[in-house]
Amino acid sequence: MSTTAPARTVNQSQIMSRRDLDFLLFEWLGTEELFGRPRFADHDRSTVESVLELAESIATTRFAPHNRAADLAEPRFDGTRVELLPEVGDALRAFAEAGFPAAPLDQGVGGLQLPSSVFGACMAWFHAANTGTTGYALLTAANANLLSVHGTPDQVDRYVRPMLEGRFFGTMALSEPHAGSNLADLTTRAEPQDDGTYRLFGRKMWISAGDHELGENIVHLVLARTPGAPAGTRGVSLFLVPKHLVEPDGSIGERNDVVLAGINHKMGFRGTVNTAPVFGDGAFTPGGRPGAVGYLVGEENRGLRVMFTMMNEARIGVGLCATALGYTGYLKSLAYARERLQGRPAGVGPEEPQVPLVEHADVRRMLLAQKSYAEGALALNLYCSRLVDDAASLDDEGARREAGTLLGVLTPIAKSWPSQWCLAANDLAIQVLGGAGYTRDFDVEQHYRDNRLNAIHEGTHGIQAQDLLGRKVMLDGGAGLGLLLDRVRATAQRASATQDDEAAAHAAALLAAADRLVEVTGALGALGDPRLVLADATAYLEAAGHLVVAWLWLEQWLAAHGKEGAFYDGKRAATRYFFARELPKVGPMLDLLASGDRTTLDLDPAWL
Amino acid sequence: MNIVVCVKYVPDATGDRKFESDNTVDREGVDGLLSELDEYAVEQSLQLKEKLGSDGGDSEVTVLTIGPAGAVDAIRKALQMGADKGVHVQDDAIAGSDAFATSLVLAEAVKKLPHDLVVCGMASTDGGMGVVPAMLSERLGLPGATLGSSIELDGQTLKIRRDGDTATVTVEATLPAVLSVTDQSGEARYPSFKGIMAAKKKPVETWSLADLGVDAGQVGLEASYTAVEETQARPPRTAGEIVKDEDGSGAKALVDFLVSKKFV
Repeated sequence: MSTTAPARTVNQSQIMSRRDLDFLLFEWLGTEELFGRPRFADHDRSTVESVLELAESIATTRFAPHNRAADLAEPRFDGTRVELLPEVGDALRAFAEAGFPAAPLDQGVGGLQLPSSVFGACMAWFHAANTGTTGYALLTAANANLLSVHGTPDQVDRYVRPMLEGRFFGTMALSEPHAGSNLADLTTRAEPQDDGTYRLFGRKMWISAGDHELGENIVHLVLARTPGAPAGTRGVSLFLVPKHLVEPDGSIGERNDVVLAGINHKMGFRGTVNTAPVFGDGAFTPGGRPGAVGYLVGEENRGLRVMFTMMNEARIGVGLCATALGYTGYLKSLAYARERLQGRPAGVGPEEPQVPLVEHADVRRMLLAQKSYAEGALALNLYCSRLVDDAASLDDEGARREAGTLLGVLTPIAKSWPSQWCLAANDLAIQVLGGAGYTRDFDVEQHYRDNRLNAIHEGTHGIQAQDLLGRKVMLDGGAGLGLLLDRVRATAQRASATQDDEAAAHAAALLAAADRLVEVTGALGALGDPRLVLADATAYLEAAGHLVVAWLWLEQWLAAHGKEGAFYDGKRAATRYFFARELPKVGPMLDLLASGDRTTLDLDPAWL
Repeated sequence: MNIVVCVKYVPDATGDRKFESDNTVDREGVDGLLSELDEYAVEQSLQLKEKLGSDGGDSEVTVLTIGPAGAVDAIRKALQMGADKGVHVQDDAIAGSDAFATSLVLAEAVKKLPHDLVVCGMASTDGGMGVVPAMLSERLGLPGATLGSSIELDGQTLKIRRDGDTATVTVEATLPAVLSVTDQSGEARYPSFKGIMAAKKKPVETWSLADLGVDAGQVGLEASYTAVEETQARPPRTAGEIVKDEDGSGAKALVDFLVSKKFV
């Protein structure tokens, strides 16, 4: 075996693994290739390393220290103001002063055009250190990202630039008290005014970061209906509604008619305040009358389309958050298992000293399972972020389109798979710590509670399943799925070509699962009854997700091939684990789908 | 105003440090970084430059380090924080130099640079001797204001506060001078994206001993007055001692244990 990586010491952080991020970015994804493309020409490996170091440093010193405190002292609402821990603002100021909010955006709007894959690696540090505080930054980034593409030049100057400077914060206000997953039933109304603005009236629900005093202003992106708009999602428009109106010179003007009805008290993710905002209730009277002043973004009745252009990246961001929480839970339970002395191997008497937890095979099973979930999910998220980069920077238009199509089909998986399996990792982290893991003396229980949100927001697990099977897989005659399976087969071919028996066995198992997925997808398409097809869409999402992560484990195996040392041995062990114990779960799920089982479809609610 | 800030590239304290057969640190096998205590020196240098503003004319902060090839990382970090240019003294003959030899090389490098103020950290995080600033002031023939926890500059007068165990003293020096600052002088700033991008274009010169006119025989392990005689790895973590309380004697046993370890 040849060794390509120097035998440097391993970073000891329990937040994230810089070693793994370096492996994924530079030994697997070939990030250096990006620097040869015009969009990323200002960057090189040394700047990327400095940026990763900066993320680690700020995450470690400003975000991690108040993670538990922000969980214990959840945001308070006194009827007019939301109160947060001061450390939240300090951390976000450091984040903004370093330049993170603008990093991935175009230079034209003040961004630095950092590759999305590198930005994702940075954000993993912040999510893992303190996802509650990071939530404010993530929402603001998504908001600024959308407005930088769809906003007018004036909207970019007045709202995007201050968000990139960390002076303004952003929200995404979609759900309403009666309409969560179903945006077709939104009722918030927007009345056009003579001056080209709109006045909004209505109530929203589950709006994260909906009010606080972190900055000078809050920019809400609000879905609403104009008078006479068509029913359903085709009649939804998108509006920019600031908490405070902004004067043409950029100064803060009148208070807009946006207030809170209250805040929600959550199981986890408590650092990010979750609110129920009210628009146009007359609490404030901008221009002397009630109604929240709003500005149209894009065209009327195209709001959902505008909102969803940024949804791929937002959903990958949620998946990355789930991954980071799973990852840090793994590192913390691993550190505990290495230190905590408990029990002896079978057949060893009590006169012998106790051994660390990690010496027990069952504990190692739980650690290796976590490793396979967390590192597999990180590979999935960074692969998708790389597709974002490819779609924005490849020379060839066809290749850019191909990256976008593949990204489309992978996005529901990149959001849902980590939300499900990195939560399972957090569950195992608690189990490794035993009774201690169930106490608030250790972080792992908080990670579990925080992570539980990720299968719910930004489109639930069920919504992602419907998106994958009902839309993405069927789009363009199955082009996205075809592209995905082409790449899966190419990886299997490279693995077979290594002449390594283990890799060949993995490749064969992967190909068999891929063929079965194609077969079952065809059978589902032939069923003709969309209700039956979608009844078990979650089984399809989960089967496809396991297949994709198995593929990415084989990719990691190949990137580690021929390299020596514990780090690479760990990659091979996790690949072996995933192929032996996780990939086989795909078969029964696909069998269920192929059977056309009608149990849930035909179930009368009265029988429950 | 020309400020020269001396920084050291040290092994990352979170990594496992190893030593060569001659008891010098194995720098290749471990990640290195800008000594955290020197970040305070960079910060104070930048603050002085910022306070001088346009009144300071063409104020410039030059980062100076001695070390192997990787030491340029320490310079780069300081440039990302906002320093203007770097000088890297790199020469195989320097390896193993003690504080005395190091201060010689630093002094000769400083002499080649325009300098009104030479700023150092209070000590390195690896060697931890804390004597280089005083040696440097002696070699340069400049007043040395060391261990400053707060720093003021009024025209050509440098004033620092030095906090001791029993008293706080104020020390004044007239420029040009050598200054060392403590970890109480003010939190060091993070680099920024803009700083990271800007640092790529900032000049870094590499000088050899010959460039400084220093004879190789004056530096290195052989020429050093001090050398590490022996190193020992930290003992592995033990299981600890469990005091059992089966007959009511537990409290006494616990107190006896604490007394035996001189905790009470």
